[in-house]
Amino acid sequence: MADGEEPMALDVGSSGDWDGRWRHVQKFLERSGPFTHPDFEPSEETLQFLLETCKILVIGAGGLGCELLKNLALSGFRHIHVVDMDTIDVSNLNRQFLFRSKDVGHPKAEVAADFINSRVPGCHVVPHFKKIQEFDESFYRQFHIIVCGLDSIIARRWMNGMLLSLLVYDDGVLDPSSIIPLIDGGTEGFKGNARVILPGMTACIDCTLELYPPQINFPMCTIASMPRLPEHCIEYARILQWPKENTSIPSLLVLMCLPLYGVALDGDNPEHIHWVFQKSLERAAEFNIIGVTYRLTQGVVKRIIPAVASTNAVIAGTVPSRENTALFAYVPLNNYLVFNDVDGLYTYTFEAERKENCSACSQVPQKLQFPPSAKLQEVLEYLTENASLQMKSPAITATLEGKNKTLYLQTVASIEEKTRPNLCKTLKELGLADGQELAVADVTTPQTVLFKLNFTS
Amino acid sequence: MTMADHKTNKDQRYDRQLRLWGDHGQEALENAHVCLVNAAASGTEILKNLVLPGIGAFTIVDGHRVSGEDVGNNFFLSSDSVGKNRAQATTELLQELNTDVSGNFVEENPDRLLDNDPEFFHRFSLVIAVQLEESTCLRLGSVLWNAAVPFLVCRTYGLVGYMRLVVREHTVVESHPDNALEDLRLDQPFPELTNHITSYDLDNMEKKHDFQLPRNYKEKEAFRQLLREGIRKNENGTPEEEENFDEAIKNVNTALNPSKIPTAVEDLFNAEQCENITSQSPAFWVMVRAVRDFVQAEGRGSLPVRGTIPDMIADSDKFISLQNVYRERALQDAAAVSRHVESHLQAVGKVCKNAAFLRVVHCRALVEEYGVDTVHKDEITSCMDNPDSEMVLYLMLRSVDCFYQQHSRYPGVYNYQVEDDIVRLKLCVHSLLQEYGLTVNVKDDYVHEFCRYGAAEPHTVAAFMGGAAAQEAIKLITHQFVPFNNTFIYNAMAQTSATFQL
Repeated sequence: MADGEEPMALDVGSSGDWDGRWRHVQKFLERSGPFTHPDFEPSEETLQFLLETCKILVIGAGGLGCELLKNLALSGFRHIHVVDMDTIDVSNLNRQFLFRSKDVGHPKAEVAADFINSRVPGCHVVPHFKKIQEFDESFYRQFHIIVCGLDSIIARRWMNGMLLSLLVYDDGVLDPSSIIPLIDGGTEGFKGNARVILPGMTACIDCTLELYPPQINFPMCTIASMPRLPEHCIEYARILQWPKENTSIPSLLVLMCLPLYGVALDGDNPEHIHWVFQKSLERAAEFNIIGVTYRLTQGVVKRIIPAVASTNAVIAGTVPSRENTALFAYVPLNNYLVFNDVDGLYTYTFEAERKENCSACSQVPQKLQFPPSAKLQEVLEYLTENASLQMKSPAITATLEGKNKTLYLQTVASIEEKTRPNLCKTLKELGLADGQELAVADVTTPQTVLFKLNFTS
Repeated sequence: MTMADHKTNKDQRYDRQLRLWGDHGQEALENAHVCLVNAAASGTEILKNLVLPGIGAFTIVDGHRVSGEDVGNNFFLSSDSVGKNRAQATTELLQELNTDVSGNFVEENPDRLLDNDPEFFHRFSLVIAVQLEESTCLRLGSVLWNAAVPFLVCRTYGLVGYMRLVVREHTVVESHPDNALEDLRLDQPFPELTNHITSYDLDNMEKKHDFQLPRNYKEKEAFRQLLREGIRKNENGTPEEEENFDEAIKNVNTALNPSKIPTAVEDLFNAEQCENITSQSPAFWVMVRAVRDFVQAEGRGSLPVRGTIPDMIADSDKFISLQNVYRERALQDAAAVSRHVESHLQAVGKVCKNAAFLRVVHCRALVEEYGVDTVHKDEITSCMDNPDSEMVLYLMLRSVDCFYQQHSRYPGVYNYQVEDDIVRLKLCVHSLLQEYGLTVNVKDDYVHEFCRYGAAEPHTVAAFMGGAAAQEAIKLITHQFVPFNNTFIYNAMAQTSATFQL
């Protein structure tokens, strides 16, 4: 654009800034406008707040994470933390542009932080090569905003739960200073979405669980005896043949998805994939099914989601705009945005609504209605299959005879084995009473969820 | 690294995108050479999203020197780029994203190139121009239109993003529609299908293989009832649980859709290019003509059979043999189409499988959009029935271009200019509307807002547009998926967007 004379050499002041550096951003922070939030006051101090005080946490340093870090850094944010538990893989390089071939195998968070810090002077990204679950409230509490670029619904729900647990209520009234806005984005091929969550105020992740499409799982009878598609042959090799040849546990227990002893199938091990590929070909030949390829095998085993740079760029580009008043002081019309560019370009926004009895954010006590003759197995199935709960591996405990007793827990093999017989017992046999409270823990939430057990006749 | 190693490495690197556009799409990408005019942030963001997936080559044309402001919003400039030519500085940092890509730069103002060597632009698969002044943009548009080189214009202006696609004719064989109906031909079964179906002896089948197929076309509800009645009952008269029947009943709506030729394809058949096939005709039109010939002959009014069927509850051998009936028919139909194409000896398979999804996109020349007699007045006026429609942002962009023409700068760049420029910009809006005879109301708020922007290019909006434009570029290069037609506006304030045909 038309510009005055610029010095030929860059005069980097003590703040690490040079003349004109933030000019593109300043126009929005220092000038009033007809569409800004009514409470917005243009001032030179907002830029200083961004540069010196505002602390942002980015979760995930993958496709979205790299884009987010770049966008935040070039928008004036300097105090950024990034958490990612993964290391870099070759297949990341087509879109995760902070990484190069030489970085394969290294932690994403660390490489990403180094790149941004050297490319954007003054920006100070702090990496954490860790799982989000390894941090507690004291870590998360320090941030003004949290932005997620995750690839797992479970992790999103955990994060959601963590921020809900930080909320402070004074006499039943929510203290707004305890709210940390959460901005969550996701992409898949040419589709993406971005949403703003104000915990305790607007719809949370669990309020809209039904929006997430269910994972495709083929029926076992199809896989075992009536395959028709190449995918069925691959699942046969993965689910039935692999455990048979690599563990000592009967396949019946495999079907119950219980923990195994032996070599687990590793989707990142090319030898494992090759084995599955060969077995799938044999199976397909038996049934005259065509279409089994190495690429398809890998895709099915690893549940690969196609991904390109452009979609991540678009969604990450909407995220900083969705931050409340920090950046441009606009109020987006709706809190949920979807994007699709398969045919032309399509965007759509709507206001996701809070669910009245959301198990995560509503504070409405959750109920379990079962007859006393129901088996514990049925309760477990309800917790995992119910569309609003969708728990993954819930652990159920109850207070019996004054003591805290674990009724069933899956995630620790020895306890699973000990409590497995309880699954076949009835609620009455287990000594549970009408109105009893059950505490349920699960990977989808950092806090246990309390359920009230009501006996039906 | 050996050739084989390199290929494997590339397969691994590009795995996630190969699953979207296939090896043939990737090949098209790697054979393409894209030109970017102006290495502003919007431009380098677009290129980033083309270099990462492995575009063959890019060339940046830019005569500007890097300023402190540039370094502030552009990821592909560093603090020691200031003073260097912007094309050169950004090429270095873009190149290092992917060593498979060949990066080039020309330190030249596009106006000078258009003066001295307009044919320079003829060599590219696609030219992308960002943040380009109106007059140069129109000149470049004209050159590219005459040379039939696709042109994508992109700009970030404050919190508004804009894209315009200019291409004479863009053909799409693989549009990959999201929710396509299946091609089962249940209403017009071909002979082999009828034979296959009548070979089932339903009453004498074992209980677990019991199912019925439609013998004639009835009202869908009555048809479902027919299906329900077909479920075998046990001794007490209660219907058995038959998964395959349940599936049939559920799918009555979609499976019994009439096998019609889509309007978009009819339009192709009626097009002049299809009617008049010459030795100069592009392969696409030769194949469309062959498909049309097939429809009129062997197809008896129908397109070639697609050949795929959805998964359905059945045992393996019955499913496979049914699938093979459709597959074999599809191969036969493709062979018939091939015979129609014989004189031109072109590959036909993909076209037949995608016959129902063939698309052509025509995005008219800029000179027509800007022409007083050819402007799409009705489109603009009807959109402006809602004065907050994204169309007002388009009118504002045209107005700031008028402002630039008059004052050699954009409005509100410096704080002291803002107040007076609001008045000047308003005059530009009025004269623009008058020139085109547009009786629409442009609210003062938008004039104020566009002065506020001061022609800033905030990185996040540039990043959004970078993603959007790059994907359209990939569609143009691979001829897969359908590009927008022809003007896209993004409102970063409200997070809304719209597409107009201007």
